[in-house]
Amino acid sequence: MNTILEIIAGVLIVSGSIFIFLTAIGLVKMPDLYTRVSVTTKASTLGVGLVIVGTAVFFHDLAVYSRSILIVIFVFMTSPVSSHMIGRAGYLDGAVLWEKTKANHLEGQYDLKNKSLKNYYENKE
Amino acid sequence: MNRLMVNIMFAFIWMFLQGNMHLYAFFEGFFLGFIFLFITRKSTEPTPYFTRFFKVIWFILYFIKEIIVSNLKVAYDVATPGYFMKPAILAIPLDCKTDLEITLFANMITMTPGTWSIDVSDDRKTLYIHAMYVDDVDTFIKDLKNGLERKLLEVMR
Repeated sequence: MNTILEIIAGVLIVSGSIFIFLTAIGLVKMPDLYTRVSVTTKASTLGVGLVIVGTAVFFHDLAVYSRSILIVIFVFMTSPVSSHMIGRAGYLDGAVLWEKTKANHLEGQYDLKNKSLKNYYENKE
Repeated sequence: MNRLMVNIMFAFIWMFLQGNMHLYAFFEGFFLGFIFLFITRKSTEPTPYFTRFFKVIWFILYFIKEIIVSNLKVAYDVATPGYFMKPAILAIPLDCKTDLEITLFANMITMTPGTWSIDVSDDRKTLYIHAMYVDDVDTFIKDLKNGLERKLLEVMR
């Protein structure tokens, strides 16, 4: 029983680390800020999630279970907000889009002077 | 009274009856209380608690599946040379109305790798997102609205 649990925990933790490693590669490889932000959410969701679940399986203890649930909840609550803020700040600062980007619906919608954002579909209907 | 609170109260009563203050006893009591409430549901006033309970669990499973699928997609693109992605900044018309719904929807979009939300327009009718795999703009928006947003609203309302 214990060896089975250890194998499961090992598989979970190693696959989680692989996802975090791929995130690190993607951070270097991706062409612009926007795709980089997309790639980094991978580390915080599946990467951290798998490592935490693996730890919980390994220790097989109630105190560790409750703490790992809390860690996953907190990471899932905070990481989207931070990546959203980084990306938005990048856009407002004029970070350049990749040249193969297909569409940009945000173009011309921001009014920086009045700090307002228009509705894209307002004039189309 | 709210069924969820009654169910949690049953769980605590079960914990005290058992005399151990462990998480297992709590879940045991919650499960037994749920069965009890489910059996007696006809004799009390109608409540959406049971259908909503299963909907929430179903939604969590669906969301985990979405995260895994899009993770593998992005991981494949990172691990192989060259780019397969077709990124775009899109405007999604929102059906979500309240602050909580919009916040949850935007956070869920950000949590699935490959898409993240940039901003909400001032009249709260459009959500601007950046997506990495857009084959066709209209079908992508339709898929997102019919998939994640519709399921989220089914759970919330």
